[in-house]
Amino acid sequence: MLSGIGNFASHFFVTGDPMIYGADASILLVSLGILFVLTRYRKWGWLWQDWLTTVDHKKIGIMYLIAALLMFFRGGVDALLMRTQLAVPNNHFLTAEHYDQIFTTHGTIMILFMAMPLIFALFNIVVPLQIGARDVAFPYLNAVSFWLFFFGAMLFNLSFVIGGSPDAGWVSYPPLSELHFDPGPGENYYLLALQISGIGSIATGINFIATILKMRAPGMKLMQMPLFTWSALSASIVIIFAFPALTIALALLMLDRIVGTHFFTILHGGDPMMFVNLFWVWGHPEVYIVVLPSFGAISEVVATFSRKRIFGYTSMVASLLLISVISYFVWAHHFFTMGAGADVNTFFAIASMMVAIPTGVKVFNWLFTMYRGRIRLELPMYWALALIVGFLMGGATGVMLAIAPADYQYHNSYFLIAHFHQTLIGGVVFGLFAGMYYWWPKMFGFKLNHRLGVWAFWLFNIGFYVCFMPQYALGFMGMQRRMYTYPAGMGWTDLNFISTIGAYLMGLGFLFIVAQIVYSIKFGERDLTGDPWDARTLEWSLPSPAPHYNFAVLPQVTARDMWWELKQQGRTGDLRPTSEDLKPIHMPKNSGRPFIMGVSFFVAGFGFVFNWYPIAVIGLLAVVVTLITRSFEYGDEYHVPVEEIQHTEAALGRLS
Amino acid sequence: MAIAAHDANLHGAIAGKPIEYQDPHQAVKILGFWLFLATDMLLFGCLFATYLVLRTHTDGGPTASQLFDVPGFAAETIILLTSSFTGGLATLSMRNGNKKGVMAWIIVTILLGLAFVGLEVNEFITYASHGATMQRSAFLSSFFTLVGTHGSHVTLGIIWMFSILMQVKKRGITPETARKIFIVNLYWHFLDVVWVFIFTIVYLSGVVM
Repeated sequence: MLSGIGNFASHFFVTGDPMIYGADASILLVSLGILFVLTRYRKWGWLWQDWLTTVDHKKIGIMYLIAALLMFFRGGVDALLMRTQLAVPNNHFLTAEHYDQIFTTHGTIMILFMAMPLIFALFNIVVPLQIGARDVAFPYLNAVSFWLFFFGAMLFNLSFVIGGSPDAGWVSYPPLSELHFDPGPGENYYLLALQISGIGSIATGINFIATILKMRAPGMKLMQMPLFTWSALSASIVIIFAFPALTIALALLMLDRIVGTHFFTILHGGDPMMFVNLFWVWGHPEVYIVVLPSFGAISEVVATFSRKRIFGYTSMVASLLLISVISYFVWAHHFFTMGAGADVNTFFAIASMMVAIPTGVKVFNWLFTMYRGRIRLELPMYWALALIVGFLMGGATGVMLAIAPADYQYHNSYFLIAHFHQTLIGGVVFGLFAGMYYWWPKMFGFKLNHRLGVWAFWLFNIGFYVCFMPQYALGFMGMQRRMYTYPAGMGWTDLNFISTIGAYLMGLGFLFIVAQIVYSIKFGERDLTGDPWDARTLEWSLPSPAPHYNFAVLPQVTARDMWWELKQQGRTGDLRPTSEDLKPIHMPKNSGRPFIMGVSFFVAGFGFVFNWYPIAVIGLLAVVVTLITRSFEYGDEYHVPVEEIQHTEAALGRLS
Repeated sequence: MAIAAHDANLHGAIAGKPIEYQDPHQAVKILGFWLFLATDMLLFGCLFATYLVLRTHTDGGPTASQLFDVPGFAAETIILLTSSFTGGLATLSMRNGNKKGVMAWIIVTILLGLAFVGLEVNEFITYASHGATMQRSAFLSSFFTLVGTHGSHVTLGIIWMFSILMQVKKRGITPETARKIFIVNLYWHFLDVVWVFIFTIVYLSGVVM
């Protein structure tokens, strides 16, 4: 009996590696610490009422942001482990199996559990405020989306200590990822965690399209929307048209592994390339999903800190939409080597190169906005400038990779690794950091410390180039991706060592960001005006942080950059409520059901991971119960009384 | 409803519109549902693409023309198309404010839906008993997954319609229940459209080719 339990536990829990035991201990300690603090300071009620059951888009946005930063840490540690392993030849810091798991979790986490929540954080916090709305179109669904993302991410991270991590790469191509070659729960974790959070992402896409199309303040025309909102709209459109392909790719691979079908096996007529196609039909649009909001944020930052309206607004909108459309016609450039033939490859090569045209338009427009502007070098502007340089180089190497015949040379080499890190860090992370610094005061009511932020910026940026520039060269020298170690005589040693130094510099930069946040919570400059950057769009007409109903009286919009126009005309008082204007505000009630639904999905997913079907069925039944009880729910909204609004606005000194 | 948070954005009730669109907070939900249907359409699109790629990959096992039974899938088609019509009649009764009519037509639609699912389950069991299981070949994997996904959508639709039937019974026809009746019927018609494609691409082509 006891030996049976021992045997089960040694397979159930990941064992054998001292680093894993260290992680086990720290997870346990942190969890106990959190439980202790919540109990000691009687914070359970606060946690449940203010956060876990909230449907307020601003709080959901903040939860997305916290989750994204935590996942950035986890994915970053993975990256450092990889770079440590590759620093010197013939290294055995990690075993080959462990290395496979780490590059898989690094890629998956950074794309799906770091970049996605980071863009959703900004969507949630910024879009309703920018368009003069009191919440998103479907606040309840918004909470469901968040908890599906959250529990998907938890399920994925659990694989680290229970059962073992996925190890077939973030793309998880069959037949390698089929049961026959990859037994064990790791790959199931990948499939179910992505499936659960993917459902949430589709719902978020639907939510923001409906919000932007239907919830804009009176008078705001589409072509008067701020560019960040435009980027959220185009990214949401790409989400709803791309994510279903991922849903199907994952579902079919899961059927192969759990039910024993033959979609992608090499037996009984299965076709692995079908998975690769489905995956990239989602996968390439996905990288535009994360980069478009970054472009949107940069457009706001550059205009604000150059004190000029954005140059070429119409062409900015057109290029956003054009990128969304082209994104569907480029997927095969991820596997030119499949052997589809010259005609197919030529189509996808030309389509891929065409992406550079609208992207180039954006870069020129940012530069022309800065030209003769009164530039202020605040932290958001630092990251915006870094993006222009970083993304330009990433884009140029992208065009090189798009040349199909040449791609046969650098396919899956470190040249590719350097390219996509340069676009995803230089294009996505930099832009989203710019957005985070820019909107931070709006979320929390204080600015992040400038000095520490500049340190973080330079460490991260220098580290970025030191890390990835050598990798372009390594790619040309024949080093392939996903190699766990390499022999000494290849001439790769020095460049790899330099690259590792760069990775650690980036890690140091991240620590400075953490330090900056911790320091600024206590000592950061408080934002009492609501408009610390002298900015242009409606969110800055509100106090920081905004009251839960956002706008006491909805603004009448007559111009693009409405807040800037009002400031120029000395009419900012127009947006302040008077006592007579106030009416009761209809708001959605909090609900615990989205959280419970997330837990139910987690239970179901966990059951499927280990093929424990009773648990999976219990989880799925709980999901159905939450759906049915929601259908029978009436009256899930309430009125905020005028006295409360009056009280809140007066306390903020805004009542005239 | 939740959307009521924004009532001032969505200017008051608009006369002359059908009941489900009169309250702007309900109208937004209808738009949201159309967007959801777009995603569901793409989901089926990917399943159709997979089926088209794999339909000749029978690995020496049963082929489409050996399996498909014309009277069987013809009956399924007629029943499902009829149920879409009766669902439409439920929407019509709703717009006429006829609660009894709504309930009666929803019940008919549910019964037809159950008959459809019953026939499909029977069809699947027959195939499996002849050794044509979804593990037999890539063709059968993609066939069962495509048609089965549609069938599970129909099953979910039946449960959903039943829950709305209970709500209409209790609350009558209000803008909110009207929106729900309208949406569940949109979903039902959508499944009908998907079936038309399954009928042509899977069954008809399968028998002919």
